[in-house]
Amino acid sequence: MSTQNEADPHVNSESTQRDEPIRILDDDGNLLSHAEVPALSDEKLLAMYEDLVLARRFDQRAISLQRQGRIATYAPMTGQEGSQVATSYALEEQDWLFPTYREHAAKYVHGMSLASLLKPLCGLRDGYAIPDDVNVLPEYIPIATQVPQAMGMAWGHHLQNRADTAVLCHFGDGATSEGDFHEGLNFAGVFDVPAVFVCNNNQWAISVPRDQQTASDTIAQKAAAYGIEGVRVDGLDPLAVYEVTRCALSKAKNPTDGERRPTLVESVQYRYGAHTTADDPSVYREEDEAEAWRRKDPVDRLRNFLYAEGLLDEDLEDEIDDRAESQISEAISTVEAAAADPSSIFEHVYEELPDRLREQRDELNALREKYGEEAFSEVLE
Amino acid sequence: MSSAATPETGDGTDSLTLVEAVQDALYTEMSSDENVVVIGEDVGENGGVFRATEALYEEFGGNRVVDTPLAESGIVGTAIGLALAGMRPVAELQFMGFSYPAFDQIVSHASRLRSRSHGQYSAPIVIRAPYGGGIRAPEHHSESKEAFFVHEPGLKVVSPSTPYDAKGLLIASIRDPDPVVFLEPKLLYRAFRGDVPTGGYEVPLADAAIRREGDDITVYTWGAMTRPTLIAADNVADEHGVEVEVVDLRTLSPLDVETIVDSFRKTGRAAVVHEAPKTAGLGAEIATTIQERAVCYQEAPIKRITGFDTPMPLHALEDYYLPQAVRIQDGILETVEF
Repeated sequence: MSTQNEADPHVNSESTQRDEPIRILDDDGNLLSHAEVPALSDEKLLAMYEDLVLARRFDQRAISLQRQGRIATYAPMTGQEGSQVATSYALEEQDWLFPTYREHAAKYVHGMSLASLLKPLCGLRDGYAIPDDVNVLPEYIPIATQVPQAMGMAWGHHLQNRADTAVLCHFGDGATSEGDFHEGLNFAGVFDVPAVFVCNNNQWAISVPRDQQTASDTIAQKAAAYGIEGVRVDGLDPLAVYEVTRCALSKAKNPTDGERRPTLVESVQYRYGAHTTADDPSVYREEDEAEAWRRKDPVDRLRNFLYAEGLLDEDLEDEIDDRAESQISEAISTVEAAAADPSSIFEHVYEELPDRLREQRDELNALREKYGEEAFSEVLE
Repeated sequence: MSSAATPETGDGTDSLTLVEAVQDALYTEMSSDENVVVIGEDVGENGGVFRATEALYEEFGGNRVVDTPLAESGIVGTAIGLALAGMRPVAELQFMGFSYPAFDQIVSHASRLRSRSHGQYSAPIVIRAPYGGGIRAPEHHSESKEAFFVHEPGLKVVSPSTPYDAKGLLIASIRDPDPVVFLEPKLLYRAFRGDVPTGGYEVPLADAAIRREGDDITVYTWGAMTRPTLIAADNVADEHGVEVEVVDLRTLSPLDVETIVDSFRKTGRAAVVHEAPKTAGLGAEIATTIQERAVCYQEAPIKRITGFDTPMPLHALEDYYLPQAVRIQDGILETVEF
C-alpha cells in the first residue's frame, strides 16, 4: 500500500487558513484521489480500527451504565472517537496529553486503562491514579484552563532542551470563547513552545451552536492572531487527523527555519449524542443534523477503507468486536467490585498531611467506629 | 512555635528592607537551583513594579526571569505547566487585587493537581502578590483577601512581616512541594530595615512567631498589621499596665494551632487584628479554633479588630478603614476590662 509523502502540501504547513478541512478518506472511506495513506503499518491501521471500535462500545456501555444508575454523569464521545484515537496515535510515548472530560479514547490510547476511566464515574478516586510511565494529565473539567498549563509544560520542556517531547492539548469549540484559550495561545506564540492545540469542534457547546460561539469563519483562522499555524482537518477522517497531528507534533519538536513550533488544529467533527447524560439535545438541535454527520462516521470509514485494502474481513471484524466487548465487561466487573476507603478523602491534598487534616480524618474514623458504615449512608437518604 | 531558623550558608548579615529581602530570596534560590524561574508582568528588565525582581534579569537572563504578556490566568496556568515539566516557577501577580482573573487556575488546578492525579503530579509553584492597603494606591490595589485562599484545601498561604521572615519564608515556599500563595504586605516593603543573613535559610511554614510576650491578652495578627499591633501593645503597657502577647501568624494556612492555643491558655483573652473585611475573615477562624480547644480558659469574648465589610475606600478614608493603633488599643482594653 502507498505511504504518505511528508512533503505533501495537503497535510503540511502550507495549509494555514485553508477553509476546506484536510481529508484523506471520502465520506464512504474511499481513498481520495489526491491523498496518500499515512505511514502506518498494517498492524497499526488495524489497531487503530480496533481502538475505534473499543471506544464506540465503551461509550455505548457507559451511557447504558449511567441510565441504570451504576455510574455518575458521563460525557459521551460517539462521533468524536475517530479524532480522539487518531490524535493519540500521533503521539510518541514521551509526549504529553492534556485531555478534557470527553477525551476518554485519547487517554486510553496514550496509556490509561479502561478501568481507570470508569472508576471516577463510579466515585472511586483511585481511578485518578496515573501510572508513572503514562504522560497524561487528569481530565480538565473547567473549560480551557488546560491551555495555558499545556503551554507552560511545553515551554518548560523547551527551556530544559528536551527537544524530543511535545505537548498535545485538547479542548472544545466552546473553549475558544474563554480567556484562557486566548492567553494560552498568545503565550504559546510569544514563547514559541512545542505544543499542539487541538480544538475538537463538535459544533455545539452544550446548546450553543458554533456560529453563536464565534463570528470567525473558522476556528483554525484564530491561530493567525497569535502568530502560529492553524490547520483544519476532517475530524471524522481518522487518517487525516492522524497525519495532520503527526506533522504538527513533528514541527513542534523540530521546526525548519522560519517555522513556528505551535499549531492550532481545528478538528471538524460532530458529537452525535448529548453533551452529557444530563443533557437532552432534542431541545435545541434537529436530529437531521446529527443524521447528516453520521453518514461520515469515522468507524465506518476506517472499516470500509480496511476492507478495500484487504486488511479486514468479516471474521476479523467479529473477532475485534468480541474482544472489545469482553475488555469492557472485564473493566466494568473490576470497577464495580472495588470499594472506596473513606480515609482516602484526606490523601493527596498536601504532600504531608497537615495536623488539622489528620485530626479531621481521625474524627471521621472515630465516628465510623462508633456508628458503623451504614450510618453514613442513612444520613444522606 | 517560634523558632530561630539557622542560616545554612553565608557568613554575615545585610540590613535589608522587606522588598529587598524578597529579592534576596529569589536571587539566593535562583543561584542554587536552576529550575527556579521567575515569571510575571514587568519582572524582567524593569525589575518589577515594586523592584522585587531587580537585577535578576541581568544576572540570570531572559529565560529565567521572564516578562509575560499581561494575563494573570495565563501566568498562573503557565506556572502550573512549568512545574509539571519539573521547574520551580515563582509567578508574580502585580497586585493581589489582580489575582482574581487567575482564581480559577489557583483554586481549580494548582491547589488540587495533587489530589486530581491521586498523588502523581503536583504544582510546586509560588504565587507572589503584594497585598494590603496604606500606600495611597488606586482602587483594586489595596486588597487583603487572604481568606479566599486560606479557604482552599491544597494551598498554603504565607504573609511575612519582617525582612528576615520574608527571605526565610519565601525560600521555604519555593522549596515547598505544595503550591504557596505568598502575600507580601506592600505597606512594609520599605517601611524599615532588618538584619537578613546572606545565605539561604528557611523560616518553616506553619510556624507562628511570638513578637512580644505578655500575660493579660493575646493579639493575633500578621503582615502589615503587626506594626500597629506592637505599637498598641506598647501603649497599653505604658498607659494601663496591660501586658499583651503578640502572635504573628506568618503562615495563614496551615495555621500554627499549637502556638495560637498555647498562648490563649496563658492569657485567657484574645483579639485578632486583620485589615481584611470582618465577615468570614481569618479572625473568625482563629476565634473558633480557640473556642474549640480552650473555651475553659476563656475569660472574655474574642474581639475582632478588622477592616469593614466594605470595599477598601480610596485613600482619603483609608486610615479609617485600616485598623490603626488606636482601634487596636481600644479593642484590647475592652477585652481586658470585660
